[in-house]
Amino acid sequence: MTNTATNRAATQAGPVPAIAVENIVKRYGAFEAVKGVSFSVADGEIFGLLGPNGAGKSTLIRMMTTLVPITGGRAMVGGYNVADNPDAVRRIIGVIPQALTSDQDLTVEENLSIYAKLYGVGKVQREKNILEVLEAVDLVKWRGAQTKTLSGGMRRRLEIARGLVHDPKIFFLDEPTTGLDPVSRIAVWEMLDNLRKTRSLTMLITTHYMEEADKLCDRIAIVDHGKLVALGTPLELKQSVPGANVVEVHFDRETDKWKERLEGLEGVTSVQAESAGFYRVLTSSGSKTTMQLVELATKLGETLTSLSVQNTTLDDVFVHYTGRQLRDEQVKAFAFVMPERPGA
Amino acid sequence: MNRMLAIFEREMRKFFRSPVLMIMSMMLPLVQLIILGNAYGGKIRGAKVAIVDYDHGPQAVKIREACDAVAVNIATFTTVNYTDELLARNDVRTGKIDGAIIIPAQYSRRVYAQDAPKLGLVVDNSDQFTSSSIESEIQSLVTALNAPVIEPRVITSIALQFVELYPYVSYMKFLLAGSVSLAMYISVMIGGGMLYIDDKARGVHEGYLVTPITKLELVMGLNLAGAVKAVLSGICLTVIGSLMAGLGTIFHPMQLLELLTLIVGTSIAFNGMMFLMMVRVDDPLVPRAMFGVLNTLLFFPSGAVYPVSAFPKWLQAIAVVDPFTYCIHGLKAILLKDGGFVSIQGDLLFLFTFGIGTLLIATPLFKRTL
Repeated sequence: MTNTATNRAATQAGPVPAIAVENIVKRYGAFEAVKGVSFSVADGEIFGLLGPNGAGKSTLIRMMTTLVPITGGRAMVGGYNVADNPDAVRRIIGVIPQALTSDQDLTVEENLSIYAKLYGVGKVQREKNILEVLEAVDLVKWRGAQTKTLSGGMRRRLEIARGLVHDPKIFFLDEPTTGLDPVSRIAVWEMLDNLRKTRSLTMLITTHYMEEADKLCDRIAIVDHGKLVALGTPLELKQSVPGANVVEVHFDRETDKWKERLEGLEGVTSVQAESAGFYRVLTSSGSKTTMQLVELATKLGETLTSLSVQNTTLDDVFVHYTGRQLRDEQVKAFAFVMPERPGA
Repeated sequence: MNRMLAIFEREMRKFFRSPVLMIMSMMLPLVQLIILGNAYGGKIRGAKVAIVDYDHGPQAVKIREACDAVAVNIATFTTVNYTDELLARNDVRTGKIDGAIIIPAQYSRRVYAQDAPKLGLVVDNSDQFTSSSIESEIQSLVTALNAPVIEPRVITSIALQFVELYPYVSYMKFLLAGSVSLAMYISVMIGGGMLYIDDKARGVHEGYLVTPITKLELVMGLNLAGAVKAVLSGICLTVIGSLMAGLGTIFHPMQLLELLTLIVGTSIAFNGMMFLMMVRVDDPLVPRAMFGVLNTLLFFPSGAVYPVSAFPKWLQAIAVVDPFTYCIHGLKAILLKDGGFVSIQGDLLFLFTFGIGTLLIATPLFKRTL
């Protein structure tokens, strides 16, 4: 039995998850970018990886796609150990990197053809696959066009087609809609959803767009500071945040007591000050809190400029688990500060 | 193998789709060939030489007539009459004239008396080219005047007879080998160095690394493409440059085959060297910063513009390990001397060994991961 076969057989006792990450660690010198993350992705599932900038999402995806060596732990992709059998992993995955890397001087078809050749797809199969993926991403009539003539959305579709041209089983997409306008973004979502249905693909997506994760993903993992901080379906994650509703209230003037007063209302679990006089209130009962708010404002003679009630969104989940601090601020602490001029 | 060819195909399609690389790689060597070839190739003409005649005798007239003969024939210089030696010297110093011949008083008498006659020549040696041309002309003029009118029956002096093996080699022809090698170097520097790092920075290599392509296939694909691009640049410049310089080498199949072999060997050597230098570089600024330094460090000590034997030892040591040296030696051997394969076998051996050797070192250094 070959190593590959042994490798696979060892994990074939039960239902094999498409991706299984166990206590995975990545260190760059003394810096630990990923600190013992574990999760698994079932066959045919769309799994979202969320996290702020620098959380370790891209490092995780790069470890799973054999691009970055794993420092500790284990990653199994399609039943193959990434560290022991990277070549077998590469044959069954498709990867869409964050940047648009298709060759601008080549045509759409040439880009696809070269990648199919890199995966060793034979001529007949290659031509069939290219036509199929072009149909899937709706670029058939652009097959002869040079890539530099395509719009951003079309180029992103081409990247997706490129990742599919060898008919992979598992698809990794690193921020697939970053930089796209809303219409193109929705088109990509629809396309990915169709691909999942028609090709029974397992997908792992990293994204900054909560709406995207909510619409596309069956389950979501939130990563922060290299650690997994939450994992579940979008609904489970929303329910895990204290407060079922979000009340957004805007008073016509700011006083230093509003936050305190709002936190004292019945059912309120947290209050976030957005700007002067504008608050986001997480509550277990949106209707009750709304009524109380109106009564409170009337009693104090204050005017409400606007009031809205929403269900908890993934944005709230994200903020709840990762906090509101901008990650760039951490970098600023190390930034050079111009010393004062003598005598100034 | 097919994966290697896919990388090669990608590179070549990009190369032919955007001819900028080809044009850019030939632009500098062609301009250099045209400008330097014409600027340095010609002889000095029309320099101004003063004649200060304090003698006015028959032998002084002979000198003046000989100088007039130079002025109307080879035209290295024209003569201007001065009456004051000090003024003439001053004008040479200030650049009004390029030299001055001083014919002292009693010159003719001393010639006839065979009493050590002397002529003076004042030149501006801050301009080596002009001053040495004037010196050379006056020296040959004096030698001619010294020759006896009637040849003795038994010649006792030693005569040196020159045999030039090859037809006159203009500076443009001499420079052509350097220009061809420079075109290949620029092609490799842009196509194999800068574009390679730019692709890395753009994430193109990340796309390759997630495919099942092996390290060797990727390295070989990239290098094969780089070498072919350099070969095409080399061939184009050899053809264009030969036509410009008036060399008929390209019309002889055997010499063409020798040239092609040498160009292939040089391209492999240049490409291997460049790949070894760039294999661990990620910053696109690095190859751009290295371009000029490498050009000076490798091109000039190679003998492209000046003979290697004139260099100090440390510069000669660079020339020994510099692939430019062997490329230029080989190209000159074919283009200027028609020396055949025998004359370039050492160059070919070095270039192919160097190219394969650098690739063998670079391949393990190439990282299959980010």
